[in-house]
Amino acid sequence: MNWKRKDLLGLRELSADEINFILETADAFKQVGTREIKKVPALRGKTLINFFVEPSTRTRTSFELAAQRLSADIVNISVSSSSLTKGETLKDTARNLEALHADILVLRHSSAGAPQFLAKRLKSSVINAGDGAHEHPTQGLLDIYTIREKRGKIDNLNVAIVGDILFSRVARSNIFGLIKLGAKVTLVGPSTLVPREFEKLGVTVSHKIDNVLPEADVVNLLRIQHERQRKEYFPGIGEYTTLFGLTKERAKLLKPDCLVMHPGPINRGVEIDSEVADGIQSVILAQVTNGLAVRMAVLYLCGGIST
Amino acid sequence: MQMNGKKHSSSPTGNQILDAEAIRRALRRIAHEIIEQNADLKSVVLAGIPLRGVEIARRLAEFIREVGKIDIETGTIDVAMHRDDVGTRAELPMVHASKLPLPLEQRTVIIIDDVLFTGRTARAALDAISSFGRPARIQLAALIDRGHRELPIRADYVGKNLPTATREQIQVRLQNIDEEPDGVWLVKE
Repeated sequence: MNWKRKDLLGLRELSADEINFILETADAFKQVGTREIKKVPALRGKTLINFFVEPSTRTRTSFELAAQRLSADIVNISVSSSSLTKGETLKDTARNLEALHADILVLRHSSAGAPQFLAKRLKSSVINAGDGAHEHPTQGLLDIYTIREKRGKIDNLNVAIVGDILFSRVARSNIFGLIKLGAKVTLVGPSTLVPREFEKLGVTVSHKIDNVLPEADVVNLLRIQHERQRKEYFPGIGEYTTLFGLTKERAKLLKPDCLVMHPGPINRGVEIDSEVADGIQSVILAQVTNGLAVRMAVLYLCGGIST
Repeated sequence: MQMNGKKHSSSPTGNQILDAEAIRRALRRIAHEIIEQNADLKSVVLAGIPLRGVEIARRLAEFIREVGKIDIETGTIDVAMHRDDVGTRAELPMVHASKLPLPLEQRTVIIIDDVLFTGRTARAALDAISSFGRPARIQLAALIDRGHRELPIRADYVGKNLPTATREQIQVRLQNIDEEPDGVWLVKE
Protein backbone atom coordinates (compact mmCIF):
# COMPACT_ATOMS: atom_id res chain seq x y z
CA MET A 1 0.00 0.00 0.00
CA ASN A 2 1.12 3.53 -0.74
CA TRP A 3 0.33 6.19 1.89
CA LYS A 4 -1.19 9.31 0.31
CA ARG A 5 -2.49 11.49 3.15
CA LYS A 6 -0.70 14.60 4.43
CA ASP A 7 -3.17 14.91 7.32
CA LEU A 8 -4.58 12.63 9.98
CA LEU A 9 -7.91 14.14 11.00
CA GLY A 10 -9.91 11.14 12.19
CA LEU A 11 -10.36 7.40 11.87
CA ARG A 12 -13.79 7.81 10.29
CA GLU A 13 -12.30 8.66 6.88
CA LEU A 14 -9.57 5.98 6.93
CA SER A 15 -9.97 2.58 5.27
CA ALA A 16 -9.22 -0.67 7.12
CA ASP A 17 -6.12 -1.00 4.90
CA GLU A 18 -4.89 2.44 5.90
CA ILE A 19 -5.40 1.70 9.61
CA ASN A 20 -3.55 -1.61 9.28
CA PHE A 21 -0.74 0.12 7.38
CA ILE A 22 -0.27 2.63 10.25
CA LEU A 23 -0.22 -0.26 12.76
CA GLU A 24 2.43 -2.14 10.73
CA THR A 25 4.52 1.01 10.43
CA ALA A 26 4.19 1.45 14.21
CA ASP A 27 5.61 -2.07 14.69
CA ALA A 28 8.81 -0.91 12.99
CA PHE A 29 9.02 2.25 15.07
CA LYS A 30 8.30 0.44 18.34
CA GLN A 31 11.54 -1.47 17.78
CA VAL A 32 13.49 1.84 17.69
CA GLY A 33 12.62 2.34 21.39
CA THR A 34 14.66 -0.75 22.28
CA ARG A 35 17.88 0.43 20.58
CA GLU A 36 20.89 1.86 22.32
CA ILE A 37 20.36 5.07 20.33
CA LYS A 38 16.59 5.62 20.29
CA LYS A 39 16.59 8.06 17.44
CA VAL A 40 16.38 7.80 13.65
CA PRO A 41 16.92 10.56 11.06
CA ALA A 42 13.63 9.97 9.22
CA LEU A 43 12.27 13.53 9.67
CA ARG A 44 15.58 15.35 9.97
CA GLY A 45 15.19 18.96 8.83
CA LYS A 46 11.41 18.98 9.30
CA THR A 47 9.80 21.34 11.79
CA LEU A 48 6.86 20.25 13.90
CA ILE A 49 4.67 22.60 15.89
CA ASN A 50 2.73 21.21 18.82
CA PHE A 51 -0.19 23.63 18.93
CA PHE A 52 -2.30 22.86 21.99
CA VAL A 53 -5.21 25.22 22.41
CA GLU A 54 -6.57 22.98 25.19
CA PRO A 55 -4.47 21.74 28.10
CA SER A 56 -2.83 18.34 27.72
CA THR A 57 0.31 16.89 29.17
CA ARG A 58 0.46 13.29 28.08
CA THR A 59 -0.59 13.64 24.45
CA ARG A 60 1.66 16.66 23.94
CA THR A 61 4.62 14.93 25.60
CA SER A 62 4.03 11.79 23.55
CA PHE A 63 3.97 13.75 20.28
CA GLU A 64 7.03 15.72 21.36
CA LEU A 65 9.04 12.61 22.17
CA ALA A 66 7.85 10.90 18.97
CA ALA A 67 9.01 13.88 16.91
CA GLN A 68 12.36 13.99 18.72
CA ARG A 69 12.95 10.30 18.03
CA LEU A 70 12.38 11.05 14.34
CA SER A 71 14.92 13.93 14.50
CA ALA A 72 12.37 16.67 13.72
CA ASP A 73 12.69 20.12 15.30
CA ILE A 74 9.87 20.90 17.71
CA VAL A 75 8.18 24.02 18.99
CA ASN A 76 5.48 23.79 21.68
CA ILE A 77 2.73 26.37 21.84
CA SER A 78 0.11 26.20 24.57
CA VAL A 79 -3.03 28.20 25.26
CA SER A 80 -1.50 30.70 27.62
CA SER A 81 1.46 31.55 25.39
CA SER A 82 -0.59 31.82 22.20
CA SER A 83 -1.94 34.98 20.65
CA LEU A 84 -5.38 33.39 20.58
CA THR A 85 -5.78 34.93 24.03
CA LYS A 86 -5.14 38.30 22.37
CA GLY A 87 -7.96 37.86 19.89
CA GLU A 88 -6.11 36.46 16.85
CA THR A 89 -8.23 34.02 14.85
CA LEU A 90 -7.23 30.35 14.56
CA LYS A 91 -6.62 30.78 10.85
CA ASP A 92 -4.32 33.77 11.32
CA THR A 93 -2.36 32.03 14.05
CA ALA A 94 -1.94 28.98 11.86
CA ARG A 95 -0.89 31.01 8.80
CA ASN A 96 1.74 32.68 10.93
CA LEU A 97 3.00 29.29 12.02
CA GLU A 98 3.15 28.22 8.39
CA ALA A 99 5.05 31.36 7.48
CA LEU A 100 7.72 30.02 9.83
CA HIS A 101 7.93 26.99 7.46
CA ALA A 102 6.41 24.49 9.84
CA ASP A 103 6.03 21.15 8.05
CA ILE A 104 3.75 19.44 10.55
CA LEU A 105 1.13 20.99 12.80
CA VAL A 106 -0.16 18.87 15.68
CA LEU A 107 -3.39 20.49 16.86
CA ARG A 108 -5.40 20.03 20.04
CA HIS A 109 -8.52 22.20 20.02
CA SER A 110 -11.77 22.46 21.99
CA SER A 111 -13.83 22.90 18.81
CA ALA A 112 -14.75 19.87 16.71
CA GLY A 113 -13.61 20.38 13.11
CA ALA A 114 -10.74 22.78 13.85
CA PRO A 115 -8.12 20.41 12.35
CA GLN A 116 -10.24 19.92 9.19
CA PHE A 117 -10.55 23.69 8.88
CA LEU A 118 -6.79 24.15 8.96
CA ALA A 119 -5.91 21.09 6.86
CA LYS A 120 -7.90 22.52 3.97
CA ARG A 121 -6.11 25.86 4.17
CA LEU A 122 -2.51 24.90 4.93
CA LYS A 123 0.17 23.14 2.93
CA SER A 124 1.58 21.71 6.18
CA SER A 125 0.51 18.31 7.47
CA VAL A 126 -2.16 18.65 10.13
CA ILE A 127 -2.42 15.95 12.80
CA ASN A 128 -5.51 15.99 15.00
CA ALA A 129 -4.48 15.56 18.64
CA GLY A 130 -8.10 15.79 19.82
CA ASP A 131 -10.83 18.18 18.65
CA GLY A 132 -13.78 18.81 20.96
CA ALA A 133 -15.97 15.74 21.32
CA HIS A 134 -15.19 14.71 17.72
CA GLU A 135 -12.07 12.54 17.31
CA HIS A 136 -8.72 11.74 18.88
CA PRO A 137 -7.33 9.50 16.13
CA THR A 138 -3.89 8.74 17.58
CA GLN A 139 -5.52 7.63 20.87
CA GLY A 140 -7.89 5.38 18.90
CA LEU A 141 -4.93 3.97 16.94
CA LEU A 142 -2.83 3.29 20.03
CA ASP A 143 -5.78 1.54 21.73
CA ILE A 144 -6.30 -0.62 18.64
CA TYR A 145 -2.54 -1.25 18.37
CA THR A 146 -2.44 -2.41 22.00
CA ILE A 147 -5.41 -4.77 21.53
CA ARG A 148 -3.83 -6.22 18.37
CA GLU A 149 -0.49 -6.64 20.13
CA LYS A 150 -1.96 -8.39 23.18
CA ARG A 151 -4.68 -10.44 21.46
CA GLY A 152 -3.10 -10.97 18.04
CA LYS A 153 -6.15 -9.68 16.15
CA ILE A 154 -9.11 -7.27 16.24
CA ASP A 155 -11.64 -9.18 14.14
CA ASN A 156 -14.57 -10.61 16.14
CA LEU A 157 -13.35 -9.39 19.54
CA ASN A 158 -15.97 -8.04 21.96
CA VAL A 159 -14.85 -4.58 23.01
CA ALA A 160 -16.75 -2.72 25.74
CA ILE A 161 -16.23 1.04 26.04
CA VAL A 162 -17.51 2.32 29.37
CA GLY A 163 -18.26 5.82 30.57
CA ASP A 164 -18.88 9.27 29.21
CA ILE A 165 -19.32 8.35 25.55
CA LEU A 166 -21.36 11.43 24.65
CA PHE A 167 -18.49 13.86 25.28
CA SER A 168 -15.67 11.50 24.38
CA ARG A 169 -13.54 11.92 21.26
CA VAL A 170 -11.55 8.87 22.40
CA ALA A 171 -14.73 6.77 22.22
CA ARG A 172 -15.59 7.99 18.71
CA SER A 173 -12.14 7.27 17.29
CA ASN A 174 -12.18 3.83 18.91
CA ILE A 175 -15.65 3.08 17.54
CA PHE A 176 -14.79 4.07 13.94
CA GLY A 177 -11.49 2.18 13.94
CA LEU A 178 -12.61 -0.96 15.76
CA ILE A 179 -15.71 -1.46 13.61
CA LYS A 180 -13.66 -1.12 10.41
CA LEU A 181 -11.36 -3.88 11.64
CA GLY A 182 -14.27 -6.19 12.50
CA ALA A 183 -14.62 -5.85 16.28
CA LYS A 184 -18.00 -5.95 18.03
CA VAL A 185 -18.29 -2.79 20.09
CA THR A 186 -20.61 -2.31 23.08
CA LEU A 187 -20.97 1.10 24.69
CA VAL A 188 -21.84 1.11 28.39
CA GLY A 189 -22.94 3.94 30.68
CA PRO A 190 -25.95 5.87 31.94
CA SER A 191 -28.53 6.66 29.26
CA THR A 192 -27.74 10.37 29.57
CA LEU A 193 -24.11 9.74 28.51
CA VAL A 194 -24.74 6.78 26.19
CA PRO A 195 -27.87 7.59 24.19
CA ARG A 196 -29.38 5.00 21.83
CA GLU A 197 -28.48 7.21 18.84
CA PHE A 198 -25.00 5.67 18.93
CA GLU A 199 -26.47 2.43 17.57
CA LYS A 200 -26.53 4.12 14.16
CA LEU A 201 -22.73 3.76 14.16
CA GLY A 202 -23.08 -0.03 14.23
CA VAL A 203 -22.48 -0.58 17.95
CA THR A 204 -24.57 -2.06 20.77
CA VAL A 205 -25.66 0.21 23.62
CA SER A 206 -26.08 -1.12 27.16
CA HIS A 207 -26.89 0.55 30.46
CA LYS A 208 -26.03 -2.50 32.59
CA ILE A 209 -22.30 -3.13 32.92
CA ASP A 210 -22.74 -6.45 34.76
CA ASN A 211 -24.38 -7.94 31.65
CA VAL A 212 -21.52 -6.83 29.40
CA LEU A 213 -18.39 -7.66 31.39
CA PRO A 214 -18.59 -11.52 31.25
CA GLU A 215 -18.57 -11.50 27.42
CA ALA A 216 -15.92 -8.82 26.94
CA ASP A 217 -12.45 -9.47 25.47
CA VAL A 218 -11.47 -5.85 26.11
CA VAL A 219 -12.88 -3.27 28.56
CA ASN A 220 -11.85 0.29 27.78
CA LEU A 221 -12.76 2.63 30.65
CA LEU A 222 -13.05 6.31 29.88
CA ARG A 223 -12.23 8.96 32.40
CA ILE A 224 -15.15 10.65 34.09
CA GLN A 225 -14.31 14.25 33.37
CA HIS A 226 -15.62 15.70 36.61
CA GLU A 227 -14.06 19.06 35.84
CA ARG A 228 -16.41 19.27 32.85
CA GLN A 229 -19.33 17.24 34.04
CA ARG A 230 -22.53 19.16 34.02
CA LYS A 231 -24.74 18.22 36.97
CA GLU A 232 -27.69 17.01 34.91
CA TYR A 233 -25.93 14.00 33.31
CA PHE A 234 -25.65 11.85 36.41
CA PRO A 235 -26.37 12.39 40.10
CA GLY A 236 -22.87 12.05 41.47
CA ILE A 237 -19.47 10.40 41.35
CA GLY A 238 -20.37 7.92 44.09
CA GLU A 239 -23.43 6.72 42.23
CA TYR A 240 -21.46 6.43 38.98
CA THR A 241 -18.89 4.20 40.70
CA THR A 242 -21.65 2.06 42.19
CA LEU A 243 -23.40 1.56 38.84
CA PHE A 244 -20.52 1.62 36.30
CA GLY A 245 -17.15 1.62 38.07
CA LEU A 246 -14.82 -1.34 37.46
CA THR A 247 -14.50 -2.22 41.12
CA LYS A 248 -12.47 -5.11 42.50
CA GLU A 249 -15.71 -7.05 43.00
CA ARG A 250 -17.01 -6.37 39.50
CA ALA A 251 -13.67 -7.32 37.91
CA LYS A 252 -14.36 -10.92 39.02
CA LEU A 253 -16.96 -11.06 36.24
CA LEU A 254 -14.23 -10.61 33.59
CA LYS A 255 -12.78 -13.46 31.55
CA PRO A 256 -9.21 -14.19 32.71
CA ASP A 257 -7.72 -12.98 29.40
CA CYS A 258 -9.86 -9.84 29.13
CA LEU A 259 -7.76 -6.68 28.72
CA VAL A 260 -8.44 -3.67 30.93
CA MET A 261 -7.62 -0.36 29.22
CA HIS A 262 -7.82 3.31 30.10
CA PRO A 263 -6.64 6.33 28.10
CA GLY A 264 -5.56 8.11 31.31
CA PRO A 265 -5.31 10.02 33.46
CA ILE A 266 -7.15 7.56 35.67
CA ASN A 267 -9.38 8.54 38.58
CA ARG A 268 -8.57 5.77 41.03
CA GLY A 269 -11.69 4.72 42.90
CA VAL A 270 -14.03 6.43 40.43
CA GLU A 271 -14.17 4.57 37.09
CA ILE A 272 -11.62 1.97 38.17
CA ASP A 273 -10.33 0.56 41.48
CA SER A 274 -6.59 0.71 42.12
CA GLU A 275 -6.37 -3.09 42.40
CA VAL A 276 -7.78 -3.41 38.86
CA ALA A 277 -5.77 -0.55 37.36
CA ASP A 278 -2.55 -2.12 38.69
CA GLY A 279 -3.68 -5.74 38.19
CA ILE A 280 -2.39 -8.33 35.71
CA GLN A 281 -5.20 -7.68 33.21
CA SER A 282 -4.37 -3.99 32.98
CA VAL A 283 -2.49 -2.83 29.85
CA ILE A 284 -2.70 0.86 30.74
CA LEU A 285 1.06 1.43 30.71
CA ALA A 286 1.50 -0.57 27.49
CA GLN A 287 -0.94 1.91 25.94
CA VAL A 288 1.41 4.76 26.87
CA THR A 289 4.46 2.99 25.37
CA ASN A 290 2.54 2.07 22.22
CA GLY A 291 1.27 5.65 21.88
CA LEU A 292 4.81 6.74 21.17
CA ALA A 293 5.29 4.15 18.39
CA VAL A 294 1.90 4.95 16.82
CA ARG A 295 2.62 8.70 16.84
CA MET A 296 6.05 8.12 15.28
CA ALA A 297 4.30 6.14 12.52
CA VAL A 298 1.70 8.86 11.93
CA LEU A 299 4.31 11.65 11.86
CA TYR A 300 6.54 9.62 9.53
CA LEU A 301 3.73 8.81 7.10
CA CYS A 302 1.96 12.19 7.00
CA GLY A 303 5.13 14.28 7.39
CA GLY A 304 7.28 12.14 5.10
CA ILE A 305 5.25 12.16 1.89
CA SER A 306 6.30 14.62 -0.78
CA THR A 307 3.78 17.41 -1.10
CA MET B 1 16.91 0.69 -8.09
CA GLN B 2 14.99 -1.89 -6.14
CA MET B 3 11.35 -1.08 -5.63
CA ASN B 4 11.22 0.08 -2.01
CA GLY B 5 11.40 -3.45 -0.68
CA LYS B 6 8.02 -4.39 -2.07
CA LYS B 7 6.85 -7.64 -3.54
CA HIS B 8 6.61 -7.78 -7.30
CA SER B 9 3.34 -8.88 -8.81
CA SER B 10 4.37 -9.84 -12.32
CA SER B 11 7.28 -11.27 -14.29
CA PRO B 12 9.74 -8.73 -15.67
CA THR B 13 10.18 -8.23 -19.40
CA GLY B 14 13.84 -7.87 -20.39
CA ASN B 15 17.05 -9.84 -20.59
CA GLN B 16 17.39 -12.53 -17.97
CA ILE B 17 20.88 -12.23 -16.49
CA LEU B 18 20.74 -14.97 -13.85
CA ASP B 19 18.46 -17.97 -13.47
CA ALA B 20 17.79 -19.95 -10.29
CA GLU B 21 20.88 -22.14 -10.72
CA ALA B 22 23.17 -19.15 -11.38
CA ILE B 23 21.83 -17.38 -8.28
CA ARG B 24 22.46 -20.52 -6.24
CA ARG B 25 26.06 -20.72 -7.50
CA ALA B 26 26.69 -17.02 -6.87
CA LEU B 27 25.41 -17.21 -3.29
CA ARG B 28 27.35 -20.41 -2.65
CA ARG B 29 30.54 -18.67 -3.77
CA ILE B 30 29.83 -15.69 -1.48
CA ALA B 31 29.30 -18.17 1.39
CA HIS B 32 32.75 -19.67 0.69
CA GLU B 33 34.33 -16.23 0.64
CA ILE B 34 32.68 -15.28 3.95
CA ILE B 35 34.09 -18.46 5.50
CA GLU B 36 37.58 -17.75 4.09
CA GLN B 37 37.72 -14.16 5.22
CA ASN B 38 36.30 -14.58 8.71
CA ALA B 39 38.45 -16.77 10.93
CA ASP B 40 35.95 -16.41 13.79
CA LEU B 41 32.67 -17.30 12.06
CA LYS B 42 30.84 -17.37 15.39
CA SER B 43 31.23 -13.62 15.65
CA VAL B 44 29.59 -13.03 12.24
CA VAL B 45 26.03 -11.68 11.91
CA LEU B 46 24.35 -11.62 8.49
CA ALA B 47 22.09 -8.53 8.52
CA GLY B 48 19.64 -8.56 5.61
CA ILE B 49 18.02 -5.43 4.23
CA PRO B 50 14.24 -6.04 3.73
CA LEU B 51 12.82 -7.67 1.79
CA ARG B 52 15.16 -9.62 -0.47
CA GLY B 53 18.32 -9.02 1.55
CA VAL B 54 16.68 -10.87 4.44
CA GLU B 55 15.97 -13.86 2.18
CA ILE B 56 19.50 -13.79 0.75
CA ALA B 57 20.94 -13.70 4.30
CA ARG B 58 18.85 -16.77 5.15
CA ARG B 59 20.17 -18.64 2.10
CA LEU B 60 23.77 -17.64 2.82
CA ALA B 61 23.41 -18.91 6.40
CA GLU B 62 22.19 -22.23 4.97
CA PHE B 63 25.19 -22.56 2.65
CA ILE B 64 27.56 -21.64 5.48
CA ARG B 65 25.92 -24.31 7.66
CA GLU B 66 26.45 -26.90 4.89
CA VAL B 67 30.01 -25.95 4.02
CA GLY B 68 31.42 -24.58 7.28
CA LYS B 69 29.37 -26.80 9.63
CA ILE B 70 28.47 -23.81 11.73
CA ASP B 71 25.20 -22.05 12.60
CA ILE B 72 25.68 -18.41 11.82
CA GLU B 73 23.36 -15.72 13.24
CA THR B 74 21.13 -13.67 10.96
CA GLY B 75 19.15 -10.49 11.48
CA THR B 76 17.17 -7.75 9.77
CA ILE B 77 18.31 -4.17 9.35
CA ASP B 78 15.71 -1.60 8.31
CA VAL B 79 17.12 1.25 6.24
CA ALA B 80 13.93 3.12 5.33
CA MET B 81 13.91 5.29 8.44
CA HIS B 82 17.61 6.07 7.97
CA ARG B 83 17.39 7.29 4.39
CA ASP B 84 18.31 10.91 3.68
CA ASP B 85 15.67 11.55 1.02
CA VAL B 86 12.37 11.36 2.94
CA GLY B 87 9.93 13.87 1.51
CA THR B 88 11.61 13.95 -1.89
CA ARG B 89 10.54 10.54 -3.16
CA ALA B 90 7.19 10.00 -4.82
CA GLU B 91 6.60 6.93 -2.70
CA LEU B 92 7.46 6.70 0.98
CA PRO B 93 9.57 3.60 1.65
CA MET B 94 7.89 0.97 3.84
CA VAL B 95 9.57 0.73 7.23
CA HIS B 96 10.29 -2.63 8.85
CA ALA B 97 11.33 -3.58 12.37
CA SER B 98 15.06 -4.20 12.70
CA LYS B 99 16.16 -7.28 14.55
CA LEU B 100 19.81 -7.89 15.40
CA PRO B 101 21.46 -10.12 18.02
CA LEU B 102 22.74 -7.75 20.72
CA PRO B 103 25.24 -6.61 21.81
CA LEU B 104 27.09 -6.01 18.53
CA GLU B 105 30.41 -5.17 20.21
CA GLN B 106 33.20 -7.62 19.17
CA ARG B 107 31.10 -8.86 16.25
CA THR B 108 31.38 -8.68 12.46
CA VAL B 109 28.15 -7.52 10.85
CA ILE B 110 27.76 -8.30 7.14
CA ILE B 111 25.10 -6.14 5.48
CA ILE B 112 23.27 -8.19 2.82
CA ASP B 113 21.36 -6.60 -0.08
CA ASP B 114 20.13 -7.85 -3.42
CA VAL B 115 21.40 -5.00 -5.63
CA LEU B 116 24.21 -2.54 -4.91
CA PHE B 117 23.68 0.66 -6.93
CA THR B 118 24.25 4.22 -5.65
CA GLY B 119 25.45 3.07 -2.22
CA ARG B 120 22.86 5.20 -0.43
CA THR B 121 21.03 2.17 0.95
CA ALA B 122 24.32 0.78 2.28
CA ARG B 123 25.10 4.15 3.88
CA ALA B 124 21.69 4.13 5.57
CA ALA B 125 22.36 0.58 6.78
CA LEU B 126 25.70 1.68 8.30
CA ASP B 127 23.88 4.47 10.10
CA ALA B 128 21.14 2.10 11.30
CA ILE B 129 23.65 -0.45 12.62
CA SER B 130 25.49 2.22 14.59
CA SER B 131 22.28 2.99 16.50
CA PHE B 132 22.43 -0.55 17.89
CA GLY B 133 26.05 -0.43 19.01
CA ARG B 134 29.61 -0.52 17.74
CA PRO B 135 30.53 -3.74 15.91
CA ALA B 136 34.19 -4.68 15.51
CA ARG B 137 33.77 -4.71 11.71
CA ILE B 138 31.04 -4.10 9.16
CA GLN B 139 31.17 -5.68 5.70
CA LEU B 140 28.88 -5.55 2.68
CA ALA B 141 27.59 -8.31 0.40
CA ALA B 142 25.34 -7.95 -2.65
CA LEU B 143 23.99 -10.43 -5.15
CA ILE B 144 24.41 -7.88 -7.97
CA ASP B 145 26.75 -4.89 -8.19
CA ARG B 146 25.47 -2.71 -11.01
CA GLY B 147 27.86 0.23 -10.56
CA HIS B 148 27.02 3.97 -10.53
CA ARG B 149 28.11 4.61 -6.95
CA GLU B 150 27.34 8.07 -5.58
CA LEU B 151 29.19 7.49 -2.31
CA PRO B 152 32.63 6.06 -1.41
CA ILE B 153 31.25 2.57 -0.71
CA ARG B 154 32.29 -0.80 -2.12
CA ALA B 155 31.14 -4.36 -1.51
CA ASP B 156 33.30 -7.01 0.17
CA TYR B 157 31.36 -9.83 -1.51
CA VAL B 158 29.63 -9.65 -4.90
CA GLY B 159 27.62 -12.39 -6.63
CA LYS B 160 27.82 -10.79 -10.07
CA ASN B 161 29.23 -7.51 -11.38
CA LEU B 162 26.86 -6.19 -13.99
CA PRO B 163 27.67 -3.05 -15.98
CA THR B 164 24.44 -1.10 -16.56
CA ALA B 165 23.20 2.23 -17.82
CA THR B 166 21.55 4.44 -15.18
CA ARG B 167 18.28 4.32 -17.10
CA GLU B 168 18.16 0.54 -16.93
CA GLN B 169 16.62 -1.36 -14.03
CA ILE B 170 17.73 -4.52 -12.31
CA GLN B 171 14.82 -6.66 -11.19
CA VAL B 172 15.33 -9.52 -8.77
CA ARG B 173 12.79 -12.23 -8.05
CA LEU B 174 13.21 -14.65 -5.17
CA GLN B 175 10.79 -17.52 -4.75
CA ASN B 176 10.10 -17.07 -1.02
CA ILE B 177 9.40 -13.34 -1.38
CA ASP B 178 7.83 -12.91 -4.80
CA GLU B 179 6.17 -16.33 -5.20
CA GLU B 180 7.87 -16.57 -8.60
CA PRO B 181 10.95 -18.57 -9.65
CA ASP B 182 14.36 -17.08 -8.78
CA GLY B 183 15.85 -14.83 -11.43
CA VAL B 184 17.58 -11.53 -12.20
CA TRP B 185 16.58 -9.40 -15.18
CA LEU B 186 18.03 -6.32 -16.84
CA VAL B 187 15.09 -4.16 -17.89
CA LYS B 188 15.54 -1.27 -20.34
CA GLU B 189 13.36 1.77 -19.70
